[in-house]
Amino acid sequence: MNSSADTTDPILKVSDLRVEFDTYGGIVQAVRGVNFEVSEGETLAIVGESGCGKSVTVQSLMGLIPMPPGRITSGSAQYRGQEILGRTRINGRELRGSEIGMIFQDPMTSLNPTMTIGDQIAETLQVHRGFSKRDAAARAVELLSLTRIPEAEQRAQQYPFEFSGGMLQRAMIATAIACEPSVLIADEPTTALDVTIQAQILDLLNDLQRDNNMAIILITHDLGVVARMADNVAVMYAGEMVEQGTAHDIFYRAAHPYTLGLRAAMPSNVDETAQSLQPIEGSPPDLFAPPPGCGYCARCPHAVEVCATKPPPRFSLEAKHNVKCWQHHQDAPSPPTELFLSSTTQAGDTAAP
Amino acid sequence: MKALVETVNLTKHFPIKRDQIVHAVDNVTLTVHEKEIVGLVGESGSGKSTLGKTILGLHNKTSGQVLYDGTMLPQKYRARDFLSSARKMQMIFQDPYSSLNPRMTVGEIIGEALKLHTNLNNQTIRDRVTFWLERVGLHADHASRYPHEFSGGQRQRIGIARALILEPEFVVCDEPISALDVSVQAQVVNLLDELKKSMGLTLLFIAHDLSMVRYVSDRMAVMYLGSLVEVGASNEVFFDPQHPYTQMLVSSNPEPDPRRERNRPPTPVRGEITSPINIQPGCRFASRCPKVMEVCRDTTPELITLKNVAPGKDLRQVACHLYD
Ligand SMILES: Nc1ncnc2c1ncn2[C@@H]1O[C@H](COP(=O)(O)OP(=O)(O)OP(=O)(O)O)[C@@H](O)[C@H]1O
Ligand SMILES: Nc1ncnc2c1ncn2[C@@H]1O[C@H](COP(=O)(O)OP(=O)(O)OP(=O)(O)O)[C@@H](O)[C@H]1O
Ligand SMILES: [Mg+2]
Ligand SMILES: [Mg+2]
Repeated sequence: MNSSADTTDPILKVSDLRVEFDTYGGIVQAVRGVNFEVSEGETLAIVGESGCGKSVTVQSLMGLIPMPPGRITSGSAQYRGQEILGRTRINGRELRGSEIGMIFQDPMTSLNPTMTIGDQIAETLQVHRGFSKRDAAARAVELLSLTRIPEAEQRAQQYPFEFSGGMLQRAMIATAIACEPSVLIADEPTTALDVTIQAQILDLLNDLQRDNNMAIILITHDLGVVARMADNVAVMYAGEMVEQGTAHDIFYRAAHPYTLGLRAAMPSNVDETAQSLQPIEGSPPDLFAPPPGCGYCARCPHAVEVCATKPPPRFSLEAKHNVKCWQHHQDAPSPPTELFLSSTTQAGDTAAP
Repeated sequence: MKALVETVNLTKHFPIKRDQIVHAVDNVTLTVHEKEIVGLVGESGSGKSTLGKTILGLHNKTSGQVLYDGTMLPQKYRARDFLSSARKMQMIFQDPYSSLNPRMTVGEIIGEALKLHTNLNNQTIRDRVTFWLERVGLHADHASRYPHEFSGGQRQRIGIARALILEPEFVVCDEPISALDVSVQAQVVNLLDELKKSMGLTLLFIAHDLSMVRYVSDRMAVMYLGSLVEVGASNEVFFDPQHPYTQMLVSSNPEPDPRRERNRPPTPVRGEITSPINIQPGCRFASRCPKVMEVCRDTTPELITLKNVAPGKDLRQVACHLYD
C-alpha cells in the first residue's frame, strides 16, 4: 500500500522455484521456475488458471509440500535475506504461524475437527507468543469478533463442523493473524464470504497491513478483490508466472494473451443485456509433459511458429511490468495492438471518475 | 411455468449446547420452476447450504414442507428415499475437499452413481466418466488419479461431474464456481446453461459472486439470517434492489477496476451482526440497517409481494417494513 516500499529490500524473495510430484501416471511438474518478491507493507496478488500451481508455490514456502510424493527440485526463498526453503525456524523463532501466517484454501487442513475453534486460536497464541491460558482465550474471542463473527464468545466454544463455510474461513483468518505475522499468505481467503463481510475482512487486512507494515500475498480468482487490494499482480499459467506488473499494468495495459483472455471470460455489469461469456478455448497443457515452447501456445489466438518450439524469455516492458510472450520480442512482426493498448485500457478509462 | 420444487414454511433448527438453538433456516417459502435457474445469495452463515441440504433431505426438516413436482417429499428420509430421489435430485457440495472419498480414484467417484443406479456395463460407465470429465474441462486420464492430487478448482469440477452424470432434473449447486478461475467459471456456467436448454435442468445456484449470479440465474433470492429478504428477476434485483441488505450487497460488489476500487471508502461497520442463536422478534437486519425504524426492532417483517411494480417488470417480494 505504501510507496516507500520501492526503496526497501523485499521481505520475501522467491527465485526459480520448481516443484514436482511423483504420481501413478508419472511426474507432475506443478511449479516450473517461479520468481517473485514482495516488500513490507505491500500486497502481491497471484491470479491464474485453476491448477496452475498457486497453492503449491506458497505451500512450498511454508514447508507444507508432502515429501514424498512432492519434491522441490530447485530454487530459493529468502525471508529477510535468509534462506527458508527446507527450514522451520530462523533466529530461534518459528517461521510458520509466527513470522509468516497462512490462510489456507481448504479450512479443514488447518483446523482440528476435534478441538473447539476458540481453543485452536488460543493454542497458537500460547505456543508462539507465550500468552497465559486465560489471556489467550480472551484474545481468541477478540480475534473472532474482529473477523465479524457474531456472538464470538459462544462461537469460540463450538467445533468446526458447527460452522458454516464462511465462518470457518473467518476462524482461519483469525488464527492466521493472531500472532501479527510479518508476511500473511492468503490462499482464496474470502471465497465463502458474502460481499459485505468480504469487504469488511479486506478492510481488516488493510488495517493490519497499515499498522504492522505487513506484507500480503493474496491468491484469488476474484479480479474485483485484486483490484481492491493489490499493489502488484502476478499472473500464473501452467506452473509459470507469465506476466507481472503493478495492478494498473495488469488491468489497463495487459500484455499477455492469457491475461486478456481472463478479462473476456468475466460477466460485465454495465448493462442488462447479457452477452455470453467467452471462456478461453481449449484446456491447459498436461503438466506430465509440458510443451517445449510456450505453455499457452495451443490456446493462443496470436501464436506463431516460434511459440511452439522455444519457451519465451521474460521481456521487460516497464519498471515492474514484464511478460513471457514472443509477441513482445523486438523483431516480432507488428504485434496485435490489443496486446499493448488493450481493450481493458479503454474500459478502465471510461469507468474511472 | 410449472413449479418443480416448492418449499413451504421450511424450517431447520440445530440444537446446540445449553438448550440453545441455531435458527439456520426459518420459514422459507420459495418456488423453483421447471427449467429455471434460481440464484441464492446472502450473508455467510445465513442458511443457504442448510436450505439446499434440507430440500434434498440431507437434513431432517424441523418443520414445513418440500414439494417436488407437486408431490410432498418425506418428512424424514430413509435409505430407500435417497435411492429413489438420486436420479432426480443431486447436490454439488460447497466443500470440494471433504466431500470426495480420498481412497477412491476420480473415475470411481464420478462413476459410482451409475454403478448404483443403472445396469450399465463397466465399459459404458468408463466412457460416460470420460465424457463428463471432458465436459467440465478435465482430462480423460485424470480418471485414474486420486482427489488429493488435484487443486481446489479441479476437485470442484470432479464434484460437478459426479452430480451431473446421472442427468438429474434438479441440482442444488452450492458455490459451484467460487474455486475456479474466471475462464473455467465461464466454461462451467455455459455448460449449466446448455444443460438447462438441452435436458431441461433446473437449478438452485448458491453463490457469492453477484455478477455471476445475475448472469446465470433467471431469478435471484436473497437470504439473511435464515430468512428470505428479497426475491425477484435477477436483473431487476441487481440493478434496482429494494431491501436495504440487498442494496448493501450490490454496493459492496467489487469491480475489476483498480482506479475505482482503490478509491472506494472503507465499508462502514455498523452495528453488531445478529446471531442466529436464539433469535428474538424484529427484523434480523435491524442492527446493521441504515434505514432502521422503530417498528423494525420488535416486529418481524413478512415477505410480501410489492404492488407498485412498473408495467413489464416481474413480481418482486421483499421483507421490509419500508414497504408496509
Ligand atoms: N499431492 C499432489 N500429488 C500430485 N499432484 C499434485 C499434488 N498437489 C498438487 N498437484 C498438482 O499440482 C498442480 C498445481 O496444483 P495447485 O493446488 O498449486 O493449483 P492452484 O493453482 O492452487 O489451483 P486452484 O486455483 O484450483 O486452487 C495441479 O495440476 C495438481 O494436480
Ligand atoms: N451441523 C450443524 N450443527 C450446528 N449448527 C449448524 C450445522 N450446520 C450449520 N449450522 C449453523 O447453521 C447456520 C447456517 O449455516 P449454513 O452452512 O447453512 O450457512 P451458509 O449460508 O451456507 O453460509 P456460507 O455462505 O458461509 O457457506 C450457521 O449459523 C451454522 O453455524
Ligand atoms: Mg489452490
Ligand atoms: Mg454454505
